[in-house]
Amino acid sequence: MNKYLTAYYNDEEDLLEGLNKIQSEGIKVTDVLTPFPVHGLDKVIGLRRSRLSVIAFIGGALGTLIGFFFQAWVFTVDYPLAFGGKPFFAVPSFMPVTFEMAVLLAAYAIVFAYLIHNNLGPGSKNIIYDERITDDRFLILISLEDKADDQIKEVETVLENAGALGITLKV
Amino acid sequence: MYVSPIREPLVRGGKTYSQITKDILAPMAGRPSVYWYIGISLSVAALLFGAWAIYMTVYVGIGTWGLNKTIGWAWDITNFVWWVGIGHAGTFISAILLLFRQRWRTSINRSAEAMTLIAIMCAGFFPLIHMGRILLGFFIFPYPNTRSLWVNFNSPLLWDVFAITTYFLVSLIFWYVGLIPDIATVRDKAKSKIRKAIYKFLSFGWTGSVRQWTRHETVSLILAGLAAPLVLSVHTIVSFDFATSVIPGWHTTIFPPYFVSGAVFSGFAMVLTLLIVARKALNLEEYITKIHIESMTKVIILTGSIVGIAYITEFFIAWYSGVEYEQYAFLNRAFGPYAWAYWIMMTCNVITPQLFWIKKIRTNMLVVFIISIFVNIGMWFERFVIIVTSLHRDYLPSSWAMYKPTITEVGLYVGTFGLFFTLFLLFIRAFPVVAIAEIKTVLKASTDKPMQQDHE
Repeated sequence: MNKYLTAYYNDEEDLLEGLNKIQSEGIKVTDVLTPFPVHGLDKVIGLRRSRLSVIAFIGGALGTLIGFFFQAWVFTVDYPLAFGGKPFFAVPSFMPVTFEMAVLLAAYAIVFAYLIHNNLGPGSKNIIYDERITDDRFLILISLEDKADDQIKEVETVLENAGALGITLKV
Repeated sequence: MYVSPIREPLVRGGKTYSQITKDILAPMAGRPSVYWYIGISLSVAALLFGAWAIYMTVYVGIGTWGLNKTIGWAWDITNFVWWVGIGHAGTFISAILLLFRQRWRTSINRSAEAMTLIAIMCAGFFPLIHMGRILLGFFIFPYPNTRSLWVNFNSPLLWDVFAITTYFLVSLIFWYVGLIPDIATVRDKAKSKIRKAIYKFLSFGWTGSVRQWTRHETVSLILAGLAAPLVLSVHTIVSFDFATSVIPGWHTTIFPPYFVSGAVFSGFAMVLTLLIVARKALNLEEYITKIHIESMTKVIILTGSIVGIAYITEFFIAWYSGVEYEQYAFLNRAFGPYAWAYWIMMTCNVITPQLFWIKKIRTNMLVVFIISIFVNIGMWFERFVIIVTSLHRDYLPSSWAMYKPTITEVGLYVGTFGLFFTLFLLFIRAFPVVAIAEIKTVLKASTDKPMQQDHE
């Protein structure tokens, strides 16, 4: 984003109201940065439901299979040992480890997927637009890549009418 | 937004968003107080005592402990189970209470989770040192080796390894994922360059965009869903260490639920002990209010009563089963040479928490603090009673014995306290103790004054 406009609100209710006004004028809001999750914002922006849960399921399924079949392989194929008269293929006693492996892989799969998907991680070079968005500001970003100067003026007026503060153009 | 007129507010003092940030970051700013220095000196001293005890155990050998042929598990395993139990509150608060949509958890979950992580470290130390040769601790993991041997997957001790490791690793990322937005707040408020660089690195480049937040919420919810059964599984598996054996007093099917509720019971007691002090010391009384303390005491009433019922059930089953060894084990617990430990356990765990039914008692911070200590003591004695009294008189009277701890064992226990408080005090200085972003989400629905926004 080389050419964009930022404006902020001081309250999440004003923000939601303002966003509705802005969007109804046909202006696409690129991103909204907030200090805490604001409910309903994802719908205003038009985000799809996150599919991260699928990744957690895959991780969990993988963990279950690895956990169970590894133990089964060790005790029936690789090195069968008799413990206290128990059968080699002792399904109930494989359950605890299987369960723990499932939880472990599911949790790590979803967290890593989340970090990669959001471009988060040590040394990440994400731009911090405003230092107060982690404190008390609700910032909106509007990309102006394909807009001419007179259109930009129009966007600014819409934002002003929608109660946005500190409208600044960044090129 | 709707503000309930009946419920007591979760955040007091008519805060604004920026005031919340300022208040919660305050304990991290500036120089630490004198009390902090006193605290850390005492903790490090305790840690050094522990280091000496480790040295004795490794250099001289496990003979420096008071164990004998009859009583092979005593203080160390008692401490292990006790610390694991304490580690149950944090993830219980952040996972199970999240699923139940209990909003009061937002003020306490961060510090409770940190406490959980540290408590698991303390817990994990005991089985490791009990091996005697601590450097060979990695033998407990199934890795391909030149002896072409695997670990015994049929053993509950091995299940423990997996349960505790998984619990630690999952609690760690759960805690850290929740911390990321707050670390970003610290980053954006930091004044010095070095501080900014460190927190920038730790914040993983958090920007607070809608995409990040929606996914953050999805991840938190799913992690909570995964962590909830995990919390229950950990102490269940710890109880298998005992329940799958054939020792009278251990060989009972009641153990998993009994241990889990005991763990949550002791965990909440420890959270109370720490937070009643921390909210005063860190000026967080408007965030960790009486209503939070009260809610926790109610969890203690519930879990404490479950534990009480479990004690009585065990006795009943011992009589009803008609197994004379089981009956002897229980009579010996209550009236034998370790009866004092049994009655300390009964008083601290069954009687004192029932005092919380009285509103005057559960809103008096000093009394709650004292009772929480009683519960901590009681739960330590519960594990001591289960382990030592069941072992010390087995089937063969000629091998009956008594157990006394040595200074080395006491040192190890004190050392873990040192570790616990040292790390907790460092945590207070390094990270926000209350989840800043989460507390802001409950602010509007639960405050005692309509919010005034400060405009520039």
